Amino acid sequence: MKLNERSLAFYATCDSPADNAGFLYKRGERHTAYHRRWFVLKGNMLFYFEDRDSREPVGVIVLEGCNVELCDAAENYAFAIRFGGTKSRTYVLAAENQAAMESWVKSLSRASFDYMRLVVRELEKQLQEMTQGLAGGCAGSREPPGLWKPKPSGLEESREQLPALPAILPKENGCAVWNNVLGADRLPDTSGCAGHDEEGNPRPPPLPPRRGVSNGEAAAVAQSPSTFCRLHEQYSREVAQLRQDWQQRQRGPRP
Amino acid sequence: MRYNERELLSLARQPAEKAAEIRMSVPKKGSVLKKRLVKLVVNFLFYFRTDEAEPIGALLLEHCKITKEEENVFSISFIEEPERKYCFECATEEQCQEWVEALKRASYEFLRRSLIFYRNEIQKMTGK
Repeated sequence: MKLNERSLAFYATCDSPADNAGFLYKRGERHTAYHRRWFVLKGNMLFYFEDRDSREPVGVIVLEGCNVELCDAAENYAFAIRFGGTKSRTYVLAAENQAAMESWVKSLSRASFDYMRLVVRELEKQLQEMTQGLAGGCAGSREPPGLWKPKPSGLEESREQLPALPAILPKENGCAVWNNVLGADRLPDTSGCAGHDEEGNPRPPPLPPRRGVSNGEAAAVAQSPSTFCRLHEQYSREVAQLRQDWQQRQRGPRP
Repeated sequence: MRYNERELLSLARQPAEKAAEIRMSVPKKGSVLKKRLVKLVVNFLFYFRTDEAEPIGALLLEHCKITKEEENVFSISFIEEPERKYCFECATEEQCQEWVEALKRASYEFLRRSLIFYRNEIQKMTGK
């Protein structure tokens, strides 16, 4: 299958802000040796370069439909990108420290287009409800039907007003990096739904739904009438469990 | 450039946001319009020979420009090479407009801008 590789390479190396960037060790496909590569995450595409100043990526991992998991590899701070298919390859990566690992797991978990679309739809719904003078943003009792349809009506007229991308972004390691939490423009605390963590920052969006590679499953998730709050609760429980498991493994005897 | 083809092929089999038989040409010398099954899934545009299960190719729709050309026709080009155009000839003008609208909204970058926009609007309304 042909891919617009030239454009892809350009997209990878151009000035557009990256969601994350840094060195990671990548385990080879057949051999267990790890190679240090410079990784750049843009949207749902994870590019990797031989070096930070390489002009073209060695490769790219399309992240749509993946699961990101912590893993028990011999290497410290390892995590895996897994796909649902039977013959799918699992990408094992390792960070250089705890903080980097957590940062990557977080940003990769939220990297899918599907997930981003979910978040945007939810905000669109909130804004619609506010404009119509309805109560609250996350009233769980009401379930407005059909709001998950890909209807662009709200966006149509206002597309001209969409602001340009911020001109100045915080730079890190030579690549402009998006502040995922967007601490500058916080969401209001609406009835305990859009919570804040201990530091008073907006709670980060929940991990995306597990998405199977087979047909239909993805569509079912996207079209579900569940509210954002419900999903948030569900996935925060999953995250808490994952975290607990991982912490237990860390405290337990080393294999 | 290496890429996880298996997953991309799997993505091509997912339910599409939009799919249709459209005549299409690629930016290659001597290329003519050929009937293809064109399928939009997230920020990828896949194109198939009408009777084949596996796509001929995929276009990642980032940093691209969707242009309405003459009647029934639109094109996709990428920012760094604006002259290299993928052309699409639709059956009707209406179909053409629908595709242009859908493709303009099909990038991750567009979603990002939407996110910022909605957050700003909500913030303005709540006065915080």
